[in-house]
Amino acid sequence: MGDTLLEVRDLHVSFYLTEGIVRAVSGVTLNLQAGRTLGVVGESGCGKSVTARAILNMVQRPGRIDRGEILWYGDPDHPVDIAQLDPRGPDIRNLRWGEIAMIFQEPMTSLSPVHSIGNQMIEAIRLHHNATDAEATEQSVELLNRVGLSQPARLLDAYRHELSGGMRQRVMIAMALTCSPRLLIADEPTTALDVTTQSQILDLMRDLQDEFGMAILFITHDLGVIAEMADDVAVMYLGKEVEIADVDTIFHRAAHPYTQALLRSIPRHDVVTERLESIVGNVPDPYNIPPGCAFHPRCHHYLADKCASPELVEVGPGQWALCARTREILPASGERTNA
Amino acid sequence: MTAADDKLLGVRDLRKYFPIWKRGVFARHVTGQVRAVDGVSFDIARGEVLGLVGESGCGKTTTGRVILRADTPTAGEIHFTHSELGEIDLAQLDREQLQPIWQNIQLIFQDPYSSLNPRMTLEQIVSEPLRNYNVLEGSALRDRVAELLLLVGLRPEVMSRYPHAFSGGQRQRIGIARALALNPQLLICDEPVSALDVSIQAQILNLLKDLQQEFELTYLFISHDLSVVRHLCDRVAVMYVGKIVEISDTDELFNETQHPYTEALLSSAPTPDPRVRRRHVQLQGEVPDPANPPSGCYFHPRCIHARERCQTETPLLRETRPGHWSACHFAEELDLNIAAAAPDGAT
Repeated sequence: MGDTLLEVRDLHVSFYLTEGIVRAVSGVTLNLQAGRTLGVVGESGCGKSVTARAILNMVQRPGRIDRGEILWYGDPDHPVDIAQLDPRGPDIRNLRWGEIAMIFQEPMTSLSPVHSIGNQMIEAIRLHHNATDAEATEQSVELLNRVGLSQPARLLDAYRHELSGGMRQRVMIAMALTCSPRLLIADEPTTALDVTTQSQILDLMRDLQDEFGMAILFITHDLGVIAEMADDVAVMYLGKEVEIADVDTIFHRAAHPYTQALLRSIPRHDVVTERLESIVGNVPDPYNIPPGCAFHPRCHHYLADKCASPELVEVGPGQWALCARTREILPASGERTNA
Repeated sequence: MTAADDKLLGVRDLRKYFPIWKRGVFARHVTGQVRAVDGVSFDIARGEVLGLVGESGCGKTTTGRVILRADTPTAGEIHFTHSELGEIDLAQLDREQLQPIWQNIQLIFQDPYSSLNPRMTLEQIVSEPLRNYNVLEGSALRDRVAELLLLVGLRPEVMSRYPHAFSGGQRQRIGIARALALNPQLLICDEPVSALDVSIQAQILNLLKDLQQEFELTYLFISHDLSVVRHLCDRVAVMYVGKIVEISDTDELFNETQHPYTEALLSSAPTPDPRVRRRHVQLQGEVPDPANPPSGCYFHPRCIHARERCQTETPLLRETRPGHWSACHFAEELDLNIAAAAPDGAT
């Protein structure tokens, strides 16, 4: 275990729309250790991307961080509460990209269509470092080379439309590395890519993590990717974190009914399944989050008298579940087989 | 490619090239061809589910569209065994002749948001195929719509509502009901669960499987997701740059892989179990441009097993094991089951 790098405590983010208030994130607590990977997994609308944006204090209006702390231990003795920083102030701008970098699902929209790759990289480097154009160019070539792009010098003159999806994501990763960040937030970085390209990018991210020792906050809906990348996992459902544990525990001894159901419902390419156990019903719409346990309309274990106000329960060492009945429903043998 | 007794669809050497136009001084002229589908052959038996897998740009969707004759093939034959007319070659027919045949081939789309007209009610959407072919009218039409909605797990009372009132999974159910309205002989499913959330995917996959078993439907199931294909399909064809590189029974394909590309695909797919640490076959580089494919075997620049012969000689799809076809010169020699090897420490 490394030292704590980022601590999110009881984060609440809401969007104030004319149609109503969407409580996108309601009470998320995360703890990220230096050099480790925390996977955040959940379906669309569960608040995983909003959490990531809140960490960089870039929730866009009409969204707002209602309460909660986002403590950044850049200097371990003097943590900074990112939620309290002015979203346009100099402090947050130094943190963004300087210490915390972020890559997105669709690299096409994160790169400028009218500036060359070199232009954008050199600008990023010069904003954060005291470098001349020549030095910045040299560093850009080095980084592009490091992320596995051939002919990096020529690439500096290329524009985004000339690159394939995998190359664009590599460029984004190279740009994220310009300031040797201590935390990389990756929001569905491989969702738009084909499996063989995805596998290349995941390998690259693991290598870079070993080399630069950065922590990764990896956001995805894909349980396969989580299993491959994460050390620890937070499972989210409708703005709440329903389970937190290390990756092995999540996949083999899940305590929350939602995690259990999710794992049983996915088809696998290495195991033959005759019939999938699907989760009944639909994800409720964000204006009408069910009262009490938000998962209760879809849960097999729901009991009206017990599930009114679930709290995070420590199920085992480092494993927390937001379920009132978790101790009753945990598999007795402890180990869940995968077949 | 198995000689099925009860063949529903037989595709022979199907090609679809898209011209690349360049504007000259006086007129446009063709400077090249994108070979989206480049000599594809396969059969589908009645009641069978054939999976068509590959990465984006490999031509799987174009193959589906050409079979449906939404696109005109450049060359090749599409033999469809019609329930009344017998075997016909769809590639030879014009629009007017195709009209009655389209009753028997229906499509399920990937995106349940753009494939339903927002200004039509559910009743109008689901009954549209029936009205187009004047199959039913009046209360019989309404009853049929109700029956179809029940079949896909929706309450018939909702038929007067509009698509916006439904979630992605429910919309996909509506799309399936519409596709089933005319009792088609062949359903082409183009990535029907790719746009859905994880917890909804399983519902739709189960529905497709139940319907297939209940009505002995025939699917051409197009997908990029190997786990979905393994779950649903009887046989699988793997495509790479417009060609089928391997085709066989599903279990056989996953356990006795005969093509290096399939091996790479299988080993790149992430497994939802942290205890399974696969040996990766990491592909180098990217999928080649179908307008300018490499010489010999299209896969050779990325293949870890490539030899000299692969650069010059194009491999043909041939039967390397009983019922198992592969387009690799060295299919018999290579041990490609890295991906299927027992994971260490797995229970």
